[in-house]
Amino acid sequence: MALILTEEQQLIRESAKGFLADKAPIGELRRLRDTKDEVGFSRELWQDMTEMGWAGIVVPEEYGGLGYGYVGAGLILEEMGRTLTASPLFSTAILSVTALARLGNERQKNDLLPAIASGRLIVALAIDESAHHNPADIALEAHRKNGGYVLNGNKSFVIDGHVADKLIVPARTSGRRGQPSGLTFFVIDAGTTNVAIRRSIMVDSRNAARVEFANVAIGAEQVLGPPDQAFDDLEYVLDVGRICLAAEMLGIAQEVFEQTVQYLRERKQFGVPIGSFQALQHRAATLFCDIELCKSVVLKALQGIDEKSTLLPALASLAKAKTGETTRVAVNEAIQMHGGMGMTDEFNMGFFIKRAEVARQTFGDPNFHADRLARLNGY
Amino acid sequence: MVAGLEDFGHEVRQWLAENCPQSMRKPIEDDSDIYWGGRQASFKSDDQRDWFERMAARGWTVPAWSKEYGGGGLGKEEAKVLQQEMRRIKARTPLQSFGIWMLGPALLRYGNEAQKKEHLTKIARGEIRWCQGYSEPNAGSDLASLQTRAEDKGDHFLVNGSKIWTSYADKSDWIFCLVRTDPKAPKHNGISFVLFDLASAGVSTKPIKLISGYSPFCEIFFENVQVPKENLVGEINLGWGIAKFLLTHEREMIGGLGIAQAGSKKLSAIAIEEIGLEHGRLRHSNLRTQLAWQDIDAWSFLLTMERAKDESESRQGIGAVSSLLKYYGTELEKRRHELLMSIMGMEALGWEGEEFDDGEIARSWLRSKGRSIEGGTSEIQLNIIAKRILGLPS
Repeated sequence: MALILTEEQQLIRESAKGFLADKAPIGELRRLRDTKDEVGFSRELWQDMTEMGWAGIVVPEEYGGLGYGYVGAGLILEEMGRTLTASPLFSTAILSVTALARLGNERQKNDLLPAIASGRLIVALAIDESAHHNPADIALEAHRKNGGYVLNGNKSFVIDGHVADKLIVPARTSGRRGQPSGLTFFVIDAGTTNVAIRRSIMVDSRNAARVEFANVAIGAEQVLGPPDQAFDDLEYVLDVGRICLAAEMLGIAQEVFEQTVQYLRERKQFGVPIGSFQALQHRAATLFCDIELCKSVVLKALQGIDEKSTLLPALASLAKAKTGETTRVAVNEAIQMHGGMGMTDEFNMGFFIKRAEVARQTFGDPNFHADRLARLNGY
Repeated sequence: MVAGLEDFGHEVRQWLAENCPQSMRKPIEDDSDIYWGGRQASFKSDDQRDWFERMAARGWTVPAWSKEYGGGGLGKEEAKVLQQEMRRIKARTPLQSFGIWMLGPALLRYGNEAQKKEHLTKIARGEIRWCQGYSEPNAGSDLASLQTRAEDKGDHFLVNGSKIWTSYADKSDWIFCLVRTDPKAPKHNGISFVLFDLASAGVSTKPIKLISGYSPFCEIFFENVQVPKENLVGEINLGWGIAKFLLTHEREMIGGLGIAQAGSKKLSAIAIEEIGLEHGRLRHSNLRTQLAWQDIDAWSFLLTMERAKDESESRQGIGAVSSLLKYYGTELEKRRHELLMSIMGMEALGWEGEEFDDGEIARSWLRSKGRSIEGGTSEIQLNIIAKRILGLPS
């Protein structure tokens, strides 16, 4: 596949740009934060997004979705990076749909996918258990009892955990912590007895939660996919998530970079635009180059999902590492080059660096992924 | 594929199978494997001669040039097919030439009919070898400040001055040269593009040795060299436009070259061999991290070269992409050599003798330092990106 966008994909991007500028510009995130909105996103906005088809963007058509593919989804996320729009798109329409479409049996797919596509269901994926992302280290226990399972343990940093109707949870059904084998996925109602969900207020004003499981009893029919063997599928879902986060970070990087270059052209000190200073010109130019590289890797990785590439794990780590690192530089340079103004809460740049850092760390930071890529390459 | 194109592909494949000697289907190992043509040329082997002569007879040293100029007269699609078929059997380029890469495109665009007839066929047939006279000791990044003087003497120009960094000047037959024809005009408006025979009276060359050892670079000196008026390409004092056209062209070549070569053996494979693994991880953890980031950046860059090519074919994309490719590609190449030095350790520090492969690793490392300088320095590329793409003010 050539590394260019088709006309249809360009249209998706244009329409996303227009929609978000109209319904969810960056002022919206500020409003949600300042009013301490309990949901953390606008349910009205989610309805509007659903009408655009976004809730079902990668839901297969036979389950009521658009089946547009991940390049399309990635382009929407990129635009949402530019406006820092809060919504359950990532948790529900991307991560959970990906897990369900890949692993669900017919009953599960019929029960859940159409409901997601029509905006009626929010589903969160609960993966991490500590401050450092390490899926093989899952310790949440699920042992067999009375034909079902009993869960004990915690999940943290669960995106949209406190507003989810259902949770998709990988837990350990056999083997030892640190081993990739022995994991099983479960689909659990958020309201199940003994499930305690507590919202975490995060630096980026976006949704996260801690979930505690204290002797949570569930049925065997709540198993998602083959028991004890969830790791490879978990990595696949995470890789899709990592690539989509890279797409969002690319949107952030481009947005802050463009604003910064504009500022360099306009801001005058010592009687001249500060953009005429060569030191700033060179820093802007090198950052430009790295952002161009990120565009290439994000597109290649998104295409890799659609093409079912065997290189997907490597592409995901490539995209997450390169874009994570470049976006970090971009937001830091954006603040620095805006001077004192960049440090004020009144200015929007603060929101960008905060979101960039959360996205950078989610599902593995650049160090995690550089290490993973080295392992995949045999060293 | 269109029926006609498919037939052409079959014909090419057949012809190559019959006419490309086996020894010409292996990668070039060193300088002596390259055939440059020219008056002083000699063939390394019968195979090299046969391959060149057969390709030249079909005009396939310059497949897309018109037949009247010694080319193959192939259309764009046909030329691509030929290239693909050659790549398929790993066939070497039969003739390397600055005449083909640089002067030819310039003449096709700016030369008059007489010049095209006089020079292009000789380039195509490898009869004349060309070199490029641009930089001077005092005109590097600021090329437009060049001072080599060409005085109008009626029926000829009288050239005095010198050029530096002229590759293969001592082995070349003719030179395409930027000269100052109007010292009173603003510097960009007093430059002309001329051609002349290096066998002319008053021309002398001196090779330049680099920190890496032998190099093809030379200084070249002009003392009252007479250049016939008909050797002026384009209009007098409008040579800077031709120079700019060729500089972008050159930039794209240098950027892609190093990284394409780097694909041949993975740094990580060399590292595993030289340093070894422990529990599946490279023994030196800091070097491992540096290697991982080199892999990330190199792969990202390769994808960007691919994307730039796909975009130019479909007319999307950014302008001045050549500056990005040149800047990033050469900086990556330098990083690669730095890492290779660390990977090979003190073995890489050898300079002479078979045990150190004649210092190949150290010499390549040193030579790579020039890549961010030649063809427009990295700093100049960043200036171009800042001004032309980002629109930052002077």
